[in-house]
Amino acid sequence: MHELSIAEAMLEQALAALRAAGGGRVVRLRVRVGELSGVDPDALAFAVPVAARGTEAEGAQLEVVRCPARVECEVCGATTAVEWPDVRCGHCGADRVRIVDGRQLRLESLDVETPAAALDGG
Amino acid sequence: MCETCGCGQSGSAGPTSQDPSHDHGHSHDGYEPHVHDHALSHSHDDGTTHSHGAGVVNSHSQDRAARRIEVGADVLAANAELAARNRAWLNERGVVAFNLVSSPGSGKTLLLERTLDRLRGRVRCAVITGDVRTDRDARRLEGRGAPVRQIETLSACHLNADQIARCLSEVVDEGVRLLFIENVGNLVCPAAFDLGEHMKVVLLSVTEGEDKPLKYPAVFVGAGLAVITKLDLAAAVGWDRAAALQAIRSVHPGLFTFELSARTGEGMDAWIEYLVKAAV
Ligand SMILES: [Zn+2]
Repeated sequence: MHELSIAEAMLEQALAALRAAGGGRVVRLRVRVGELSGVDPDALAFAVPVAARGTEAEGAQLEVVRCPARVECEVCGATTAVEWPDVRCGHCGADRVRIVDGRQLRLESLDVETPAAALDGG
Repeated sequence: MCETCGCGQSGSAGPTSQDPSHDHGHSHDGYEPHVHDHALSHSHDDGTTHSHGAGVVNSHSQDRAARRIEVGADVLAANAELAARNRAWLNERGVVAFNLVSSPGSGKTLLLERTLDRLRGRVRCAVITGDVRTDRDARRLEGRGAPVRQIETLSACHLNADQIARCLSEVVDEGVRLLFIENVGNLVCPAAFDLGEHMKVVLLSVTEGEDKPLKYPAVFVGAGLAVITKLDLAAAVGWDRAAALQAIRSVHPGLFTFELSARTGEGMDAWIEYLVKAAV
């Protein structure tokens, strides 16, 4: 399972962004996972808390936005979601299509509490 | 407020939010501050689904106390950058690289053995092999006229671009035209990692079942070639050739597919000729 190494890479980016923005404690990570990314969102959800242990993101909530595969048709130009298992145009049915979405694996944003807010809230 | 998901993005999207111009949950290009208001999981009309770690209580007071840092970063950017560097390095030297991916036991190593034997004296090849089990595969591939390098993947389920970068200059010497990277036997994880290859080649043995492409579409979608292996066993296992080709082509229309048996040599000529042409 490679989701642990992916979770570690993600945490590294998150903590770098956190430090650049002045620090604090990460309470939520939002990530977009394309269905062609080769990453299993459930495995990622399992791996992130492990990778976050002992960091400023320990205990952070993971929000996964799953992104379906979408294709652009070379015949009619439409962009449609893939109806598995048929990777073809959802509009005209042509199979001359290009994958335009669904490969992403992006860390979108962090929700961060400042130490003062964390104290107030806690 | 957006009616699709309750986010704070204002604008044109009304109740008819299937309009593709309502593109927020879906690209968030603007990275507007965006506070969701949700149950544990919900779907959008465009098919994106949000979900949250089970058992985590979503405290809205906490949401309000928190500030948001927009990152918008490709998680595998570091790997992608190294992969691009590997590809550039190979391009400078006129080397074409194939990343061979398959389930365990689909016959990658035997196909490589026979391929190296057949190309010996015609095209200089090099091999990087990343199977988890010791150096057994590397030993099988040695002595066939091609430099071979084993990457110890330990428990990892895929190779990454950094591992390739570390051994490229050792294994690809003067005169090498083709580099074969034998990825770890796994149809899921290698799909996520660009190694700097020019093409992923996905292997499917007749013993695996015709519906594998439907179960693991990502790797078939990302492949530039498919190779059906162990054709000599087709009759014994009742291989349904038409169903297999149909499955491959439904997830990847037009994917060129070789059908061969490395053991008997059936179908090998076309594969070898393809490689000879690729090496020019
Ligand atoms: Zn179309």
